[in-house]
Amino acid sequence: MSTYSIQTERLNLWYGDFQALINVSVDVVDGIITSLIGPSGCGKTTLLRSFNRVNERYGNVTTTGEIKVLGKNIYDPDVSLPELRKSVGMVFQRPNPLPISVYENVVFGLRVHSSRTSLKKSESDEIVEKSLREVFLWDDLKDKLKVRATTLQLEQQQKLCIARLLPLKPQVILMDEPCSALDAEATRAVEELMVSLVGRYTILIVTHNMAQARRVSKECIFMLLGEIMEHSRTKDLFITPQNPKTAEYIEGRYG
Amino acid sequence: MSTSATTSPNPVTLDPQTRFRETALVRRKKFTEKLARLTFLTMTLLMIFPLLLIVSYLIYKAAPILSINFILDNPVRGMRAGGIWPAFLGTLYLVGISLLVSAPIGVLAAVYLNEYARENWFTRIINLAVVNLAGVPSIVHALFGLGAFVLFAGMGRSILAASLTLAIMTLPVIIASTKEALGAVPTAFREACWNVGATRWQTIRRIVLPNSISGILTGIILQVSRAAGETAPIMFTGAVFFKAIEKGDIFAYGLFDQSMALSMHLFTISTQVPNVPEALPYGTAVVLLGTVLLVNALAIVLRVYLRSRKKW
Repeated sequence: MSTYSIQTERLNLWYGDFQALINVSVDVVDGIITSLIGPSGCGKTTLLRSFNRVNERYGNVTTTGEIKVLGKNIYDPDVSLPELRKSVGMVFQRPNPLPISVYENVVFGLRVHSSRTSLKKSESDEIVEKSLREVFLWDDLKDKLKVRATTLQLEQQQKLCIARLLPLKPQVILMDEPCSALDAEATRAVEELMVSLVGRYTILIVTHNMAQARRVSKECIFMLLGEIMEHSRTKDLFITPQNPKTAEYIEGRYG
Repeated sequence: MSTSATTSPNPVTLDPQTRFRETALVRRKKFTEKLARLTFLTMTLLMIFPLLLIVSYLIYKAAPILSINFILDNPVRGMRAGGIWPAFLGTLYLVGISLLVSAPIGVLAAVYLNEYARENWFTRIINLAVVNLAGVPSIVHALFGLGAFVLFAGMGRSILAASLTLAIMTLPVIIASTKEALGAVPTAFREACWNVGATRWQTIRRIVLPNSISGILTGIILQVSRAAGETAPIMFTGAVFFKAIEKGDIFAYGLFDQSMALSMHLFTISTQVPNVPEALPYGTAVVLLGTVLLVNALAIVLRVYLRSRKKW
């Protein structure tokens, strides 16, 4: 088994005529948190979205190059998108729980991936408890499982969105600025949760908050105008950036 | 120190008791504000009063004739007496069949356009066509129905041909209103579904439709009133002045029969038949209005029911 969860090889991506990713070759290490930083519009989210090919839902996208997830090129013709997305889940900037109960949110993925009758009540009860425990929500929500998820506090909503992925046993969790809609306290809680998931999942997080990148990630990727400028251990990137552009960015000269 | 004091927005020379007083400009703004409010209120009332007036006037004029037998009897004496059963039943048939055709086609087409279709020249043309078709006058639909269904398809003047004509007329509006209802479902919900590997259909079935069903139903129901009220499209394609049928028999019409219709009957007895007692057309109008209101009420109940269920 490779020690890389995601590997891209000269990945180029266009939205119509606009090239959003240029020759991106990157290896994302298995089981750690890697952060993606860079100014707005530099392609971080685009890169993130290409890892489960959900980009293709957003319009006219052309891709060249190779993306390997868990050693398999996801552009191979025998790749099934539902199966890929089962393994590579995503968490969004604004928490987006589905407008159904907390319980149904957690088992939503399973329902989508299993036939109508195969999911037993006892089984799903167990999965809901396990998933909610994993995101530290069980104690808060065990009596509110029937509550509409959209009525929860933002922090709970975001944790629920992470919990929603877990029953599918994903290998990779993509997070697109997961804390930018949250206050400081909630951010801390979600960061704690991310750190607790290290080892079991490979986490890739896009963030505008460089302090957050330093706090949670082991490796850090700096992108600029669709290209990868630097990819190294977070510590090294922030203390001794190799690329002058990186140095400028982390010193706050643009962004 | 001294410079900051002179540029201070709150000069100390001002008597605190005179602060925050109304100026001439504020007085004028307050007047405009009142005027605007009054204008909007007047327009709202202007809209409601005629409606109340019409309904109460209709009921007042129709009162002497309204009874269950008025609905269940055939017209007699050259439509100068008796009931409106054939017209009532005819309208139910026409509206029912037309919606049975246009609602599923319209809703499914709108789902395709909103959830599956990519933005390209083809879908742009379809969308443009939908918008324009919604604005075509009903008499044009009538001529189309006459040519396409009555003559070309060989259905003759019949309930089927008239219903299909009404369906063609209501279809674009149903597509447009359904698309709007679907578009109101936040994209974030769809993203959440896609990213756990839900297919488009699963997304639609589990999330998009349950969250837009009330808007979709509203759009369809509005078309009930429209289909029930139109005279032109059915006049050429299947509605007749007079046809006696079995009293109270709801299966009295066949698909290829011609039928009476409330809107047409109202037109006939108001303008084509001399010496009709005054209460008769008013009674017909009340029944037409009542039927439409009843359908609307049922739709509201259905909507509340669907919304109260979390899944369906």
